[in-house]
Amino acid sequence: MSTNYETPTAAARGLGSAKSGTAHHIRQRVSAIALVFLVPWFLYGLITASRAGFAGATAWMAQPWNAILLILALGAAFYHMRLGMQVIVEDYIQKAGMKQGLLILNTFVCVGLFAATALSVLKIWISAGA
Amino acid sequence: MAGSEWSDPRPMSPHLQIWKWHWTMAASIFHRVTGVGNYLGALLISVWVVSLAAGPQAYGVVQTVMLSAVGQILLFFWLTSLLFHFANGIRHMLWDGPKAGFDPKVASAWSIFNFAFAIVAAATIWSLATNLI
Repeated sequence: MSTNYETPTAAARGLGSAKSGTAHHIRQRVSAIALVFLVPWFLYGLITASRAGFAGATAWMAQPWNAILLILALGAAFYHMRLGMQVIVEDYIQKAGMKQGLLILNTFVCVGLFAATALSVLKIWISAGA
Repeated sequence: MAGSEWSDPRPMSPHLQIWKWHWTMAASIFHRVTGVGNYLGALLISVWVVSLAAGPQAYGVVQTVMLSAVGQILLFFWLTSLLFHFANGIRHMLWDGPKAGFDPKVASAWSIFNFAFAIVAAATIWSLATNLI
């Protein structure tokens, strides 16, 4: 028997963070798995839709499957972006107020862009009367 | 980097300037760099999506900007950045899941492949699409 009376807390102290890194890592990977399928689809759609001008692009977006996949792609991308940029801010910004400010800004930008783009897709889909 | 602001007494990971550059390191750094690039590119794509909902006038303005020289260069960089992050991201998943490709030679070759893939695939898509947006 070893006679180590150190508490688990004392043994772990100073070895780094033990917060929610695992959950963050898994969320990053799960959104990446979704994007592996959604990004090629989106690139193909973007190229074909954008070459068809305003009418062609809106017609593309008004298709139910395109609208659904586009909202999923935007959701997965903005979620993945938010997680990735969060790590970059946490790694490189040490100044307390600046760090939290940028983390909040990152969340606001990603959530805001998702709301704006998802609403745009819905507007086009609904106004097409599909 | 402002090293003087670093107040944590624990050792920092080595700085870029005292590392010998190698392919796996370059791929790791560019994964992060292209992540930021994709973030900025997503702003462009968002503008495109929102302008489509805003109507033909707004869309026309966005289309003119995207088709300008600056817009095309930005879109090409975004495409290259996206494709690198995509290829290297798949490698990250194969590292995490089946734990494949950790052998140093394989890892280096795979890094070179990811860079080559991004450039070749971006050029191919670009030439096929003639104009993105």
